[in-house]
This record gives sequence, C-alpha cells and structure tokens, in this order.
Amino acid sequence: MNNRLLFAILLCLPAFSSSAETKVSERILGNGLKVLVQEDHRSPVVVSQVWYKVGSSYEPGGITGLSHMLEHMMFKGTDKHPAGEFSRIIAENGGDENAFTGQDYTAYFQTMDKSRLDVSFELEADRMRNLHLLADELKKELQVVTEERRMRTDDKPRAKMQEYFMAMAHTNSPYRNPVIGWPADIANYTVEDLQAWYQRWYAPNNATLVVVGDVEPKAVFDLAEKYFGALKTSEIKPLKPQTEVEQIGVREMTIKLPAKLPYIVMGYKVPSLKTAEKEWEAYALEVLAGVLDGGNSARLASRLVRGKQIAVSAGAGYDLTSRLSDLFTLEATPAEGKTVWDLQSALKDEVVKLQNELVSDEELQRIKAQVLASDIYQRDSMFYQAMQLGMTETVGLGWPTVDEYVGKVNQVTAEQVRDVARKYLIKDHLNIAYLEPQEIKENKASPTIQGEHDAR
Amino acid sequence: MRASLIGIVFLLFSQPVWSAAKIEHWQTAQGSRVYYVHTEGLPMVDIQVSFDAGSARDGSQFGIAALTSALLDTGAGEWNADEIAKRFESVGANVGAGISDDMAWVSLRTLTDKKLFDKALETLQVMLAKPTFNEADFQREKNRTLAGLKQREESPAELAHIAFSNAVYGDHPYAHPSDGVIETVAGFSANDLREFYKKYYVAANAMVVIVGDLSKEQAEKTAQSLVAELPAGQKPEPLPEVAMPIKASQRHIDFPSSQTHVLVGMPGTYRKDPDYFSLYVGNHILGGAVLVSRLFNEVREKRGLAYSASSSFVPMFRKGPFVASLQTRNDQTQKALEVLNKTLVDFINEGPTEAELTAAKKNITGGFAMRFDTNKELANYVSMIGFYELPLDYLNTFQQKVEQVTVASIKDAFKRHIDPQLLQTITLGGAPAKK
Repeated sequence: MNNRLLFAILLCLPAFSSSAETKVSERILGNGLKVLVQEDHRSPVVVSQVWYKVGSSYEPGGITGLSHMLEHMMFKGTDKHPAGEFSRIIAENGGDENAFTGQDYTAYFQTMDKSRLDVSFELEADRMRNLHLLADELKKELQVVTEERRMRTDDKPRAKMQEYFMAMAHTNSPYRNPVIGWPADIANYTVEDLQAWYQRWYAPNNATLVVVGDVEPKAVFDLAEKYFGALKTSEIKPLKPQTEVEQIGVREMTIKLPAKLPYIVMGYKVPSLKTAEKEWEAYALEVLAGVLDGGNSARLASRLVRGKQIAVSAGAGYDLTSRLSDLFTLEATPAEGKTVWDLQSALKDEVVKLQNELVSDEELQRIKAQVLASDIYQRDSMFYQAMQLGMTETVGLGWPTVDEYVGKVNQVTAEQVRDVARKYLIKDHLNIAYLEPQEIKENKASPTIQGEHDAR
Repeated sequence: MRASLIGIVFLLFSQPVWSAAKIEHWQTAQGSRVYYVHTEGLPMVDIQVSFDAGSARDGSQFGIAALTSALLDTGAGEWNADEIAKRFESVGANVGAGISDDMAWVSLRTLTDKKLFDKALETLQVMLAKPTFNEADFQREKNRTLAGLKQREESPAELAHIAFSNAVYGDHPYAHPSDGVIETVAGFSANDLREFYKKYYVAANAMVVIVGDLSKEQAEKTAQSLVAELPAGQKPEPLPEVAMPIKASQRHIDFPSSQTHVLVGMPGTYRKDPDYFSLYVGNHILGGAVLVSRLFNEVREKRGLAYSASSSFVPMFRKGPFVASLQTRNDQTQKALEVLNKTLVDFINEGPTEAELTAAKKNITGGFAMRFDTNKELANYVSMIGFYELPLDYLNTFQQKVEQVTVASIKDAFKRHIDPQLLQTITLGGAPAKK
C-alpha cells in the first residue's frame, strides 16, 4: 500500500531524467591521476578542480591544521612561478580561483573561459610537484592563518562552542580536531613540517582532477596528459584507520562564553555512507534528517519553532559523505522564557517519536520530491557538480555515488527510518553541549567555527 | 595563422549564442514591470517578484520592511504556515523572501513540469496577494526577530557594520540596519505590518522576473497571475538624495573580541551613475579583485596583517556605500589602518598603472561569462537591471563599457567620489586605535 502510493507520486514527477542526465567520463593517467570530465554546454565556461586525499582528519596530534596551512602555502610559488604569480596569471586570464580544506580533502579550483583550461592545468600541474616552501613566506602566512582563525572561530561564540563539542564527542577519531588547527599547533608549524606533508600527499596518484563545463572529454584527457602526464608518482602509505572507540554513556558539557543567547547542540554517533554496515542505513539517516529539517514544513520548524514555540531556530544535520563515522546533530536556540533544558527534552522527544512511530507517507513523499528537484537545481551550478564528483571520489566512495543518490533515497522506507533511529540515536552515544552566555564585557579576550570549508 | 583564424570564427559564433541573455520586457495590465529570459537545458525556472519596499521605506519604524517580508509565508488565504510550506515542498519548490535597503522580494525556484509548477505558482500568488498577518504568527515572528537582534550583539562584524552605516548615512534611510533595532521592533503591532504591506505591495510598485525554461506565453500568463490580485496602488516617492558627510570622523567601539574590525568609507555611487564603470574597474584594482588587489597585497601578502582586506562599491538607488575593510589582531590595528589608508589615498591621488588597468580589464572581460553561468545568477542580474531600470542591453554592453575605462577616467571618477577628507572610520574591537 505504502509502496504503491509512493510509486504513484514518483510517476507524477516529470520525465526529465533523460534530458538532464549527467554523464561523467573517467580516465586514469599512467601516473595514477584520475581525471573526471562532465559536459555542461550551457555557458562557454569550465570549472577545473584538483582534489587531494588529505585533510585535517589525516593529521596526527601536534600538527593539526597543517593541511590547511599547506593550502595557503600552495600560492607561494614554484621554480617557474614566484609567489603571487599563480593568482596573477589566473586573474589575467579572466579566471576565478581559490582553494578549500576540509576534514577529508584539500581542493584547488579555477573557473575560466573554456579556452583557458590549459592555463589552469599548467599552473596546477606545476605546483603539484614543484612547490617552494620558504621560511619568510611561512612567517607571514602563519599570521594570516592566525587572523583567519580569530575571524572564523575565536570571535564567534557558536563556532568556538562547536570546536569544544567536537573535541568532546570524539575520543580518538581525528574528527575531534578543527580543520584550521588548534592555536598552539598553528603557532609552531615549521617549514620542515610543511615540506614533509607536501612530499607525503601531493602527487598525481593521490589526486583527482575534476573538470565540468563546455568541454569535450577527449580534449580534456589529452590536455591533462600533456600537463600532468609526466609528473612523478609518490609512494602513498596507507593512512592509519584511527577508528573511533565505542562511546559508552552520554557526554555533556557547558561552554561559558561572552554571548547573548543560549544554545544547545546534540550529536549522536552515526556511520556515514562509507562506514555504514549496510548502505541503506546511511540513506535512511539522510531521510531522517529531512524529516526533521528538510524545509519549513519539516518537524523541527513545524513543531518546535511554530507549534510549541520553544525555539527561535532549530536544525538537524547529517553528512552522508564523510570518510569516517561522524555525528548526527540536532541544534536549537531557545525562545524567550525557554531554556536549553526545555529544548533538550523536546529534541529527545522528537527522537523517541522517530523510534516509536513510522514517518508518514506524506513526509516521505515530500522528501523524495525535494531530493528529485534538488538534483535538477544542482545541475544549475557547474561548480557544485564538480564539488560532488571530487568529494565522493576523494573520500573513497567513488563518483558513481552521485548518480545513485536519488535512486537510493527513493528506496528508503518508513521502517528503515525507524530502524536507524532505534539503532543509532541512542542515549549512550549522545553528546550534548550547552552554551551558557556570559556578559559581554569590554576588553576581555574571547574567541571560534567549524571549518568545513576554510577557503583561502 | 590558422589558430588565430579559428579564434575569430569561434568569437563570431560564441558571442551571440549566450551573450544573448536576451531580456524581454513588458508591463502587465495592472502596470507591473516584467522581465523575462528564456533559458534551456534544465526543466526549471527562477521567479522573483520585487517591490520598492526595502528597509529604506521603514520610516521611523526600523525593521518593519524586514518583518513584513518574514510574515508572508506564515499565513495566506486559507492556509497556515505548515500548509504553505507543504504546498511548496511537496513539489520540490524552494521559496524565499527577503529585503535589502532598496528592495523587498519573494523568490521561487521550481520545476517546470505543469502539475508541479501550477501548485507552486498558485501558492506564491496567494502568499503575495492574501497574507493574513494574524496575531499569533506575528507575535512569534516578532519574537524570533528580537532574538536575532539580540544575537547580533555577539558579532563584532555586524556591530562594526551597523556603526559604519550610521556614521556614513546619518539620518538618511540607508543608515539603520535592515533588520531594525530592538527598540523599534519591540513596539510593532500586526496592524503596522498590514499598513506597510498595503502601501507597498501593490501592482504599480511590483516587478516580476522570470528566468528559465518557460515559453514567452507561459511567462506572460505567469507574470499576469502573480500580480493580478494585487491592488493597483502607486509607486512611492523616490528616496531622498544622500547627504555627504561634512567632515572625516573616526570612532572606536570597545568589544571583547580578539580582532579589531576596521571599516573606512563614505557614500559611494548609485546604479545609474555615469561614472559607475570607472569606479567599478578602479575598485577592482584597489580592493575588489580576489587574491590580487592592491589592498590584498599590501595588507595580507606583504605584511600578513589580516586574512581578508578588500574594498567595494555597493551601488544602490541612491549612493550606496564605498567601504574598505579588514580585521586584524587588536594590537596591530593602528598599523593596519595606516596601511589601508595609505593604499586608499595613494590610489585616489595617483590612480592605477596602465599595467594594472590592463590586467583588471582582462580579468573582468575574460571572466564575463562566469558572472551569469547559472540560472540563479542570471536571474539576479535581470532583477538588478529591472529594478534599477538599467538598459536591457546592460549585459551585452558590459564588456565594452569596461574596455572604455581609462587610467584618467578612474582617477577622475575617484577624485570626484571619494574624498579622503570625508572618510568615516570605525574600529571595533579589544583595543583603541590611537590617532
């Protein structure tokens, strides 16, 4: 019965899949560089991204944030192109460029007129193996990164709270460390640290080149061969797993910071698509997040913000594509006269309902319609398409995951949503942080953000 | 030889194909302006309905435009907030509402499949024409806004911007923050919102933008239906001119942050300013370009004083702000401010070099297509062109206008627009910047 209803809905949706279907071409060069090309001929533009399999979750203690620091140093010159020239050449060719570091990746991108793809390739290939790491440049750039940390994290109470929260929730998983790094680690990077990190991870056989735009795959492969083909490979030693130990009881913390509003964050340990015992579990968690927070009609907005009016804002978050198991998060800001304890209990109530009652057909259908529509909307952005391909490839899921997404979400049943709620949203795996606002006094240092994307 | 021939052929073919972001324009029977671009490739459309009803229309009720906009999706016709949200979300449509100083808008992104599209469109139409502003929704949204205004006081960046706008605009309607302030918002009643809505959400003050895979006929019907039930009403009087500051000022605000936020600027330029392109290209060189501008080089690349250092003109209906800004560790505020000021004053006095100008032009014209390579970005451009009534060929002549800019025109335009003797400076952070 449920299934038939669902089918009826799906049939109502437009038959666009043939017209807008993505097609990815893949080639692996002799040195191991994987090249992915997706054609999008709507504008004479091309997005080129180089993704390295390295990020903050690769970093041992003492050098946290080093991947992000190296990302900054990647603009500081090679034999051929001195510091600053990379950006100058890209700019002169009409390009937009930048870079970002996450827990599981470091990526560099240029968006250019399609005729300038070779400019991007030449420069990226050059800095993949020939970076100059100079003490003088590092000294200045260390200050820049320290300012970046102050701006993103230290002066933002909720971002700072997030940092402490992650450090509490994860016992031994490297996800406990912020992408931008702990202050004492940032202050003590050396050129040798960076050199070693660069040597270890920056090689064609540890990278993916993603190109999306008004291009033809064969031509892109030839161009990639021309510029990247001769680069030497490195021996990439396997990363230690650092699998998080099981959590054996709820963890709570209070964060006292100068702020105006209280705030609560809760996080349950859950698998990602990469680590789930069964693949459907990750998709069911994705749907569960949609039930709670997939729009203004979703449960948190409808019940907590409007119905009970105990929150001025509330949200749920789950990242399907993390390399390691992470958290399913719930967060909320109390309405005037309500407390974080009221919110804690209301959020837990919502979890209990998900464990005891099946989500309605209407909710499931809403989520599936949204997923289908966003799949089209996302194709409006070449950059976003390239992001998805690069990210899934870099965390080890493989780019075909992107194409499978809509279908897999569509297969999720109400029973499966209930089952993952029962299996994973359990008290002993719960972490809670409360922000307890302190008076904002003048001239007292305070500072924090989760650096999902620390763009340069 | 062959290569350049191919280049020419390529240019001939490629230019018209997509620079034909061909904007069609008409008026509905009720007098609303419509701007439409047909795009293909994806079965979707971006629709925007805008009104001259931004925060500059707040009068003394700072924040009323924002709260009115926030109430639109909380109840309309027979539907409550849940029902409105469900109607959009069940067809995968995204709806949004927001304001700037000049403009209030409601946006819809939806698939174009008829059944899905019709439901989304009908919902939007009712939302625009029959919002209920009922008391319970009003109280809740007001409380949420008040919480947001309170939270704003945690943010050194936001507080610094508010202080800056106040310094630059005095008692002009651009001075106050768009979301309002606690003192005014706390006093609103649902009726105040109804009044604001009645006055400004009218057909004569409305503009419809449609960019996507709809035929012209569909676009005509869509635009018509969106404004059909709005009363004709009238356009409000144009906003007053911005008065220039009479002298330079510097103000420090103590805040327990680890960085000091530094903002320097004054009223800059407006959308139809004949100097616009000279100012735009000049600023690109001074502080607009990402990773390569003068400010970026002087403040960050040479001295490591900040993560971000930039400048911008925000052209609006009247003179929007020119602002140069950075954030730096408290104890080096003075040094950073000096570098910023020197970079700015040198630029005003000497202008850019020919080489800088050539590089900037190459960047801007070479990356021109990227400015609207998504449906969303194109819709935003069309909206800007429509709202400020710029020429319909604005995008098609953009590159040419950029090419016409010279070192002399930049120097001249900056001299006339940015006077170092009138700059307003705000520092907000943990240590006073000594003069």
